[in-house]
Amino acid sequence: MGEFTMPSLGADMDEGTLVEWLVAEGGEVARGDVVAVVETAKSTIEVECFESGTITELLVEPGTTVPVGTPLAVIGPTASRGRAPSAAPAPVLTGPALTTPLVRHQAAEEGVDLQAVHGSGMGGRITREDVSRAAHPAPARITASPLARRLAESLGVDLASVKGTGSRGAIKADDVRAAAGAAGEGPAPAAPAERAAPAGPPPPPAGTRAAPPPGDRLAIARLMTRAKREIPHYYLSTVIDLASALEWMRTENGARQVADRLVPAALLLKAVALAAREVPELNGHWSDDRFVPATGVRLGTAVSLRGGGLVAPALADADRMPLPELMATLKDLVARARHGRLRASETADPTLTVTNLGDQGVETVFGVIYPPQVAMVGLGRVTDRPVAVDGMLAVHPTVTATLSADHRASDGADGSRFLTALDRLLQHPEDL
Amino acid sequence: MNARRPAEGAETPRSTYREALREGLREALRGDERVFLMGEDVGRYGGCFGVSLGLLEEFGPDRIRDTPLSESAFVGAGIGAALGGLRPVVEIMTVNFSLLALDQVLNNAATLLHMSGGQLNVPVVIRMTTGAGRQLGAQHSHSLEGWYAHIPGIRVLTPATVDDARHMLAAALDDPDPVVLFEHGSLYNEEGALDTAIRSVSLDSAAVRRAGTDVSVITYGGSLPKALAAAEELAGDGIDAEVVDLRSLRPLDDATVTESVARTHRAVIVDEGWRSGSISGEISARITEQSFYDLDAPVQRVCSQEVPIPYARQLEEAALPQPASIVAAVRQAVA
Amino acid sequence: MLLIRRFEERCVELYSAAKIRGFVHLYIGEEAVAVGVGQSLREEDAVVSTYREHGHALARGVPTQAVMAEMFGKATGCSRGRGGSMHLFDAGRRFYGGNAIVAGGLPLAAGLALADRMRGTERVTCCFFGDGAYAEGEFHETANLAALWQLPLLLVCENNLYAMGTSLAREHAQTNLAMRAASYGMPAWTVDGMDVLAVEAAARRAAESVRAGGGPHFLEARTYRFRAHSMYDPDRYRNKDEIAQWKTRDPLDGLEGILRTAGAVDDGVIKRLEEDVTTEIDTAVRAAEAAPYEPVTDLLRFVTSTPGSA
Repeated sequence: MGEFTMPSLGADMDEGTLVEWLVAEGGEVARGDVVAVVETAKSTIEVECFESGTITELLVEPGTTVPVGTPLAVIGPTASRGRAPSAAPAPVLTGPALTTPLVRHQAAEEGVDLQAVHGSGMGGRITREDVSRAAHPAPARITASPLARRLAESLGVDLASVKGTGSRGAIKADDVRAAAGAAGEGPAPAAPAERAAPAGPPPPPAGTRAAPPPGDRLAIARLMTRAKREIPHYYLSTVIDLASALEWMRTENGARQVADRLVPAALLLKAVALAAREVPELNGHWSDDRFVPATGVRLGTAVSLRGGGLVAPALADADRMPLPELMATLKDLVARARHGRLRASETADPTLTVTNLGDQGVETVFGVIYPPQVAMVGLGRVTDRPVAVDGMLAVHPTVTATLSADHRASDGADGSRFLTALDRLLQHPEDL
Repeated sequence: MNARRPAEGAETPRSTYREALREGLREALRGDERVFLMGEDVGRYGGCFGVSLGLLEEFGPDRIRDTPLSESAFVGAGIGAALGGLRPVVEIMTVNFSLLALDQVLNNAATLLHMSGGQLNVPVVIRMTTGAGRQLGAQHSHSLEGWYAHIPGIRVLTPATVDDARHMLAAALDDPDPVVLFEHGSLYNEEGALDTAIRSVSLDSAAVRRAGTDVSVITYGGSLPKALAAAEELAGDGIDAEVVDLRSLRPLDDATVTESVARTHRAVIVDEGWRSGSISGEISARITEQSFYDLDAPVQRVCSQEVPIPYARQLEEAALPQPASIVAAVRQAVA
Repeated sequence: MLLIRRFEERCVELYSAAKIRGFVHLYIGEEAVAVGVGQSLREEDAVVSTYREHGHALARGVPTQAVMAEMFGKATGCSRGRGGSMHLFDAGRRFYGGNAIVAGGLPLAAGLALADRMRGTERVTCCFFGDGAYAEGEFHETANLAALWQLPLLLVCENNLYAMGTSLAREHAQTNLAMRAASYGMPAWTVDGMDVLAVEAAARRAAESVRAGGGPHFLEARTYRFRAHSMYDPDRYRNKDEIAQWKTRDPLDGLEGILRTAGAVDDGVIKRLEEDVTTEIDTAVRAAEAAPYEPVTDLLRFVTSTPGSA
């Protein structure tokens, strides 16, 4: 219960004349609604109210001049015979998300599903910031002095691995120096200690467990050259209809907390992992001139770093991990990979790698296999395409999935089985 | 400057800060007949703090000119005399009293050159006592030099050593623009070795009074001896503090501060002014602007408590920066 | 006087056309003071003025073009566009400005006089100020200091009866300004500020006495501004009859009457004078319009003599 009073529209305004009511008794108003027109010594101004509810009484007739602060109307609670908010389901999946074309564009660019984004703008509108937050969850802030940060960068020390001894646990320059010294002497505390694969004889599988550190172009060059030189690649491709997968995902997301919502990438990865289990010829390593199938699926996910370079952290047991867990793990891995804070174990020995260049805008990816793996799955942008559904033309979201495979370990028929399995799995997302 | 040792065979006579100022005045009065000194009780009384004692006898009442207690009139007259071709040295008893003349300093001295499109130089030097520490209460003890440093168009000097007391005046008189020179009341009796090898000093640079590697203690004026005492105490604990004497609050010598912080990575600013809106705040801001990536700890400030300076000794001491509070701030910075 | 009057009338026009901005304080009605006193001064003397100083500057010989260009804020202005209406300067003519702090110029003038005295010259420093400044401490400090040190200072109080909107009687307990000035121990007298010949005679007498070592002198010129305090104010503090009455004593009309009676001017001469003045102002306005502005890159020039030193 509140009052709507004659507002002060300037430091020099003492009174105002109510010219017109724009609401009637019994009408509902929301905070910010223009409810009346007021004339001051200077001009006529539309004025807003600052409460939501029902206008229970209009106290002042148009044409009346009253001092600033005089109650003009009474606003009561919203009448209960209207919508019953408690009984109504949360209006999550109805209609398109409330936002602007600019934000839609940004969401498409960043691969963010707007249905899954919580709008913080007026009336639940999704803002650019909301999309940015969804695309790049903020990492935890490390307290370190400016000098310590500068030093860490030049010494290649991961601040996340440094213990701060300053006030409030802040990392000081000496802490970084100590950490750098320790890294030189003892076991590597951080992933960047893993350097480029040496030239010469091909390293054992462990030698490739970590993708090259950021910026280490030479290491990437060596690895990729070796891959192309040694591995007879063959390529297969298929377009997969994602309509049911994404529809299912939206429904699923409606029941989830914002933070737990799924993204298409998680579905795709899970499907790849399950397909890999079905076609074991693609999941494993080529070692000593023979194929060694892996016992589980450790799915490598190639992440391009903003500063340049690649890492491919592995999702262990991706085939067995429930979707929500896979989703959370993926988010965490990508964020930490981009901040150079992967644990060594997380980059070790993927059995199959997925490269998803959809967020870069391309439709088809023909990847180069990371030795000693024997296959690489490429996923392009999820994009609307015309598809034939029951003899009718429809527009569905689709993705082009490619397989680069090592002909030493598998044949085209194996590869085809894999892509077919992937397609089938994605048509039954509820089983993922 | 700190590094400059007396030349071989040069004398290093002892001098008080007061005597050094007087020698500077005497030299200026002897060397240039356009120079004269005016202010309250500079003549017969010998200067409220005894700086001009004996000058009346040597230079006569025309050039050692006692004024009525009319700060605005005699400071303005100094500005006018400078416009008229003389080189006035105007003494104001304390910075608190200078507020009565602030109109003339800001609206005329600092402004005329620009407002006249470069036609009118104002080569006046205004000297005044600043600071606390002598139980003189709230109307004789404040440190308002930071206010003056806010004003473009004037130079603000804070001699802290006998050498600067001796030589800054000559350099100030050479400046074609107005110079305000702050003498800290607690320094007048300070005694030091006068370096006779020094013939003149620059007004543009700060000076490293004590070299160190662990922290830069940046200060000026009456706080310099306290900072040096704190540095000695810290040295006993293995903390090697560098002490920078700003010497000039306007312009500020950013380069010396920046270089020092680049060496030590930590800064503690000691300023007898109140903390809020102070010159220490300005220096801290500049360090953040210019030395951010050199900092290994937040900048610390040791300032006067935000209270009118009280009379009673223990209260006054508690209100001011002291060696102990400087030591504590340094420990915080290097912790 | 005619030049000052027509110059300021043109300023009103230019202000209304937004060519001139800021505060513009018009001298219209008071011209006899600037001109009368100006006539009594020599080239080597100095003048310190107020923010209502167009008349003082023009009477001192600051070129019309330089003053007009300053009103326009142009680089060719007498303060290079940094001063504006309230801050006209001309060091060469020893015109030490346009001081817009009421009474702020008085100590400065004492200092100029002190320098002259210490250097043994026979120059006079003339300081204009108003009845408002008379209420400031700086006036009394300066009067005392100048009398104490016997400085060669001519204090000219332009008493136009209003300190902005406050009448003389509402701001001074004792409105006999000359009498109070005399109490500082200096010769002081009052003159009709609407009569240019009377002002000149009084100022000459005072200036020569000052020059001869007679110490500071005080001259009160009773005058009146015909227009508002600044460009436009509601002028609620004066009544229309009073303004009309003072306008009957317009100093230009007074002088013209005297000259006509003496046979020194006739319609033809007056017409020619008007034409000459119009031409001079037209030329100044055209030059000011065409003149360049100071480049913004020179903004920080003249803050100190050595750039970057403060």
